[in-house]
Amino acid sequence: MPEKYHITTTPVPPRLPRIGKHGIVDWREDCARCHNCVKKACVYDRHRQEAAYIRNLKYVDFLFFECMGCFSCVQNCTKDLLCLTINSEYEKLGNFYWKPEIIHTTWQQAETAAVPVSGAGYRGKFADHGFDAMWTDMSEIVRPTRDGIHGREYISTSVDIGRKPSYLTFDENRMAANPPAIVDIPMPLIIDMNPSEFTLPQLESFIIEAVRLTDLVAVIDTGKWPDALNEDQMRQVEKVLPHIAFHLNPDAPEIPKEILRQTRIVEIPAGGDALKRMQELKATCPGMIVSVRVDLDEGGVDRAIESANAGAELLHVVADFNGNEIGVKNPRFIKDMIRDIHLALIKGGKRDEVTLIAGGGIALPEHMAKALLCGADLVSTYLPLLIALECRLCDTCRPGLVCPARLETIDVAYGVGRMRNLIAAWHLQLIELMGAMGMREARRLRGDVGRAMFFEELEEEIFGTLFGSRKRA
Amino acid sequence: MERFSVQEKELKDILPENTLKTRVPQVEVSRAVKLAPSRYRNEIAKYIIYRNDDCIRCGKCAELCPHHVHVLKPGYKYFAMPKSYLCTGRACEKTDYFCISQCPQKALRMVENPMIKALGDYRWTSDMLLATWKMAETGAPPPEEYEYDYLVGQSGGGFDRLRFKFPEKPPIELSDDEIDTSIPLNRRDDGRPQIQIDVPWYGGGMSFGSVSNATQLSKVRAAVAWNTFSCSGEGGYMERMRPYDDHMITQVATGLFGVREETIQRVPIIEFKYAQGAKPGLGGHLLGDKNTPAVAKIREAVVGISLFSPFPFHSVYSIEDHMKHLDWIKHINRRALLSTKVSTPTDVDMVAVGSYSAGTHIIHLDGGYGGTGAAPDIAKKNIAMPIEYAVAKVHKFLVDEGAREKVTLIASGGIRTAHDIAKAIALGADGVVVGTSELIALGCVRCSRCSAGRGCPRGIATTDPGLVTQMDLAWGTQRIINLYSAWRKDLIGILKRFGMRSVRELVGRSDLLMHLDFTNDVKTR
Repeated sequence: MPEKYHITTTPVPPRLPRIGKHGIVDWREDCARCHNCVKKACVYDRHRQEAAYIRNLKYVDFLFFECMGCFSCVQNCTKDLLCLTINSEYEKLGNFYWKPEIIHTTWQQAETAAVPVSGAGYRGKFADHGFDAMWTDMSEIVRPTRDGIHGREYISTSVDIGRKPSYLTFDENRMAANPPAIVDIPMPLIIDMNPSEFTLPQLESFIIEAVRLTDLVAVIDTGKWPDALNEDQMRQVEKVLPHIAFHLNPDAPEIPKEILRQTRIVEIPAGGDALKRMQELKATCPGMIVSVRVDLDEGGVDRAIESANAGAELLHVVADFNGNEIGVKNPRFIKDMIRDIHLALIKGGKRDEVTLIAGGGIALPEHMAKALLCGADLVSTYLPLLIALECRLCDTCRPGLVCPARLETIDVAYGVGRMRNLIAAWHLQLIELMGAMGMREARRLRGDVGRAMFFEELEEEIFGTLFGSRKRA
Repeated sequence: MERFSVQEKELKDILPENTLKTRVPQVEVSRAVKLAPSRYRNEIAKYIIYRNDDCIRCGKCAELCPHHVHVLKPGYKYFAMPKSYLCTGRACEKTDYFCISQCPQKALRMVENPMIKALGDYRWTSDMLLATWKMAETGAPPPEEYEYDYLVGQSGGGFDRLRFKFPEKPPIELSDDEIDTSIPLNRRDDGRPQIQIDVPWYGGGMSFGSVSNATQLSKVRAAVAWNTFSCSGEGGYMERMRPYDDHMITQVATGLFGVREETIQRVPIIEFKYAQGAKPGLGGHLLGDKNTPAVAKIREAVVGISLFSPFPFHSVYSIEDHMKHLDWIKHINRRALLSTKVSTPTDVDMVAVGSYSAGTHIIHLDGGYGGTGAAPDIAKKNIAMPIEYAVAKVHKFLVDEGAREKVTLIASGGIRTAHDIAKAIALGADGVVVGTSELIALGCVRCSRCSAGRGCPRGIATTDPGLVTQMDLAWGTQRIINLYSAWRKDLIGILKRFGMRSVRELVGRSDLLMHLDFTNDVKTR
């Protein structure tokens, strides 16, 4: 068996007290001081831990919220003095899209690198906005292993970046031309640039180290070069560069050619003379794959299709960080825009000539699989890596404001370890989904809507025949 | 009570001698409703009543309150703490026995319990949990004055957006006794027993390991009382189940834990578990901490090792292979009915018709939002379609194929109330399988910690020797018996309003349902 993609992980505990969902309020007054107080019976020993936590309090702005919410102490207290409460800090995490549950599970995965497991069934909405309006398929009995998998160890999550010619041409038993360069990446994920509102010192160096350890690629703005590397990375720059895709910022100084040649992918903004620039870069750096970055604002989908038709080999389409079309009153969600681009490329006979990377709103590992099913070859994301560092998306990343997650104090081992763990957990979860689908290769997920079920379609197909037309979107 | 099981003399004709030798006398359990209050000192209440020091202990509140919230025990100087969970809250304000306004000292105060916010979720709302506990306590649907909004959850789709279109008055007046809630499980006319259960549901598979002995036994004892079934789950067949063999379904799952010819021969129904709703396409998980010596012994495994069942059955890659499985069991147990438990992929209709053609008696669809045990969060939320779609889809397909009358269709995965049961039946199921609701009746609060460490802190889904002592078998049995009783009353209430004499008349009557998000202008009947 060939060597399998494996990310070696170790647990990286949080630096700060956990912001859990539940806490116990103890009114104390009228306490009977039972010798067998219910607090002693806590299965998780949380009351004792809380007492110890308060005795050694390091952060006055962090209370103890690690209660598991089982109500046992609340319901057994002889004087009914305890009350289970929801942590208001927990409820404030994230925003309407990056919900507290997403932030919380990301922290958990960044700590343990494990697949989150829980009991008692699903607790959420039937269906919701965006990626939550689709389900992935599974296989049983009539086609239990559609790809002939006989175990998860046979599942490959690798995908290719680059143009795939639809046929080869030969000239007297030799290939007439070399096939285009391809970058084989072990997981359908690249790490995108952090926008300026989510920055902190050393973030790029952590990301670069994390992608080096996980064999992925990170997009780095040339405006941050060479400050993006720490001293260790500078010493081993040749090991780092294959994992960097420079975004050629027109306002930043040019990257030296000898540096650029050591990378495999480079990114340029769409529009203007982008395709001419692409040709120049390919002439300067043969074997380089040039990505054309298209912001999915109004007309973004059309521009992406136009770029592909004009000869782009790699499209990186990016919605806003909530997955919505940028600056539009009634925005489309990224999954729908991916579908539109994917289908247009198929219709134009261009699909295999273009690699499609989709970013924006990729918050959970299932979003990665679902984006692929909608038609992307791979996805890009950045916020989950920041959240892995205990960021709360509180929107106070500005000079002069204090970061409640103390992100300016993190060290390399912590930062890189948490990012690596998160990527490993995402990889494991992608395998879970693919195993259930009976799929052996992530490459074959692309656009395979036969492995997906969409809320709107199921409603129409099944309930539509029983109850008429659907009234609301 | 009419028993469905094959008579002893018939058993001698069809069961091997060795199996008969090991058969033990079967236990009867009464289905009588008895009060089974919460096993916790402070039952969670929607409203809290506070009494302050101004109380002069005149006793007027105790005298007035019909719900017995206020108790002054004989010989005691002070009132006991108010039993807030019995209080009907806002509904009581309009009455002349509202203790808060009637107290001469104004010593009582009522507030909405702030803790309610921490109880429940979109699928199981706090009102639904409180109502289920009330039903498990009393054996009847909660009185309207409690104002529990428990008939639907807040998931925003599926059952929670479906409503019955009740006629203004029933087409015929029926008494409760005239309404039949039984369903047959064998529709194949193949010479195997004509098993009939008294209520259109049975208990889902929960293995020893995932839940405690007392939980498993409470489930099956309630099944005996209500002449229905419970399922062993995939963790093997406990010896303690043998007095209830005639009401047990034993599971043959992909891990084949504890599957032996002898256990297969004991029971009237054998279920092949191909997949389960909580983790479709992934196989069972029992995390290491719950694999105690007792669990490891029955599963023939090593203590403390996480047990992951494979997916799929590696002996089944086609309907023909599935048929071989069924034939194998049919030969081993000549009295058994066979159930095929599958999840809900996009081609669930093809799976169902294939399973029917392979010879199964029961097609059990387990939708994506159900499950009681440990499951990856990513699987719970994202894989396979919800049961509401699958039931309607499979029912229609089986009707179109002319196979619907020959097979029993059972739905599970997110069935929470009698109204969910009735809706599933109206969408096309013959009956349902329930799991989470039974655990709620036993005091589960859905904290989702069943899988971690020592398991359920409330002593339900655990095999930890210390934690399991929290629950008593007689109490657990009664709570589930009571819940079933309350559900049956609710179900009869629904059938009565439609003037239906049998729950079988409701099967596939989606024309009696409306969906709040649709135009509801399809004429289907």
